[in-house]
Amino acid sequence: MSERFEQRCIISGIGQSEVGRRLTRDVLALTLDACHEAIADAGLAREDVDGVISWPGAVSRAEGLAPPGPGSSGPGTGAVIDALRLRTNWHYGGPESPGMFAAVIHACMAVACGLCRHVLVYRALNEATAWRAATERVSVDPDGVRGTMSWMLPYGAFSGPNWIGLWAMRHMHEFGTTREQLAAVALNARRNAQRNPKAVMQGELRIDDYLSSKMISDPLCLFDCDLAVDGATAVIVSTSEHAPDVPHGKPVHVEAVGSALQGRASWDQWADMTETAATGAGRHLWSRTDCTPGDVDVAGLYDGFSVLTLFWLEGLGFCDKGEGGPFVEGGSRIALDGELPLATGGGQLSAGRLHAFGHLHEVCLQLRGQASGRQVADAKVGLVSAGAGPLASCLLLRTA
Amino acid sequence: MGWPTPAIDAHNRAFWTGGRDGRLLIACCGCCGAWTHPPVPRCPSCASERVEPAPVSGRAQVYSYTINRQRWTPELEVPYVIAIVELAEQHGLRLLTNIVGCAVEQVSIGMAVEVDFAQRGEVFVPVFRRAAT
Repeated sequence: MSERFEQRCIISGIGQSEVGRRLTRDVLALTLDACHEAIADAGLAREDVDGVISWPGAVSRAEGLAPPGPGSSGPGTGAVIDALRLRTNWHYGGPESPGMFAAVIHACMAVACGLCRHVLVYRALNEATAWRAATERVSVDPDGVRGTMSWMLPYGAFSGPNWIGLWAMRHMHEFGTTREQLAAVALNARRNAQRNPKAVMQGELRIDDYLSSKMISDPLCLFDCDLAVDGATAVIVSTSEHAPDVPHGKPVHVEAVGSALQGRASWDQWADMTETAATGAGRHLWSRTDCTPGDVDVAGLYDGFSVLTLFWLEGLGFCDKGEGGPFVEGGSRIALDGELPLATGGGQLSAGRLHAFGHLHEVCLQLRGQASGRQVADAKVGLVSAGAGPLASCLLLRTA
Repeated sequence: MGWPTPAIDAHNRAFWTGGRDGRLLIACCGCCGAWTHPPVPRCPSCASERVEPAPVSGRAQVYSYTINRQRWTPELEVPYVIAIVELAEQHGLRLLTNIVGCAVEQVSIGMAVEVDFAQRGEVFVPVFRRAAT
């Protein structure tokens, strides 16, 4: 297979702020913590960074595929460039793209086409703080809702659990997927979180706790939903020419990206709601590499809701369509010592919603052999994915 | 904040106000006959500009649903059913809506429903009820 653009790129450095639900520092401070750490980790100085990209930047998502929610946008690229006094050849922030890893893919494009050598990519949120201060989780224009949200908000479909609940219900209807199977995803995340000091949920989670928890939007209960946190993650996407100079000695190569949207760009008009955009993005990813699902040693599949992990497992071909439930059932296959360890740092369900970038940071740690206390033995190939419904992007990463 | 209302424009006016006359108006291509939702200025099938709102029967089946139990805003009365229904006129012609008029536990996938309208100011929100048997 001829070389793909992303194969000219590495993730040379990673950084992450403290993560929590009651932090005292604001989101710009957290963002700068993550950025400084990633730049240093890559063996770079600030003057080496010549690109900055974020998702979604500082802009409102009102006209995009998600409603504006307090704390869900971090500082914009302008604020970060100015605070770090960077000089860039390219910078960009925006939500109109195939999910959060669009920022990483965009950075790879900038590097591969020669516009940049080292792109700082970050995702920052302060939803825990913002939601405590807000009386309403959703802000709506009093003059009426516009754009794609105008077809959902008038029906009280305010939030992710509503939209994903519709997908989950159809999956259960067609394939017999059970709540106990969804629970296996949540329980696995919690077990792994107990080995990650930065995870916000550390207490034991048992199946009885899950089954007796409050229903949010059937069939999704409290423990099917991820947790709002404050925190920021940053990575440096560099030209692979920089690989020999990475001080930690473990550049993470980008083997393939998946970004294809093979359905309507809509939450409520998706034709087959037993699958998401993950299916198209997954097919796209495997078309760009000689690797196969069997090569993957560790994965961070998007788990904003437990059922999304099933959609990603099926979409990425780790199992057949409809078989996601049986795949995770009992949890042994997806455990740290299983055939496909998932959410090894606790995922969004138990470590906190860092919006896919938490998975990216964790899988890089795993591939670098630095996941202390939860290291997957001999992890060389990792997969991370981002998004739900019509949003999907994924990255295949490797160190060997 | 109560239930949000849509901002009315030239494209969506028929959908959101047709209920004043008891009609559910869906965009239909005058050239190829394809129904489409949400309404758009050109037919997604044949690209004709002759897309006009036309009445449908109001009969539909529940494709999927969820019971929202979370009070996202302080005034919100819960629980209520959010559903995606498929209209009888065309395979895949679907609306996101609410199922009203029955206990939330009575809703099921495949259930036959028919349109009704909930008035909010000038807007008549199309909702669905269990079809009369």
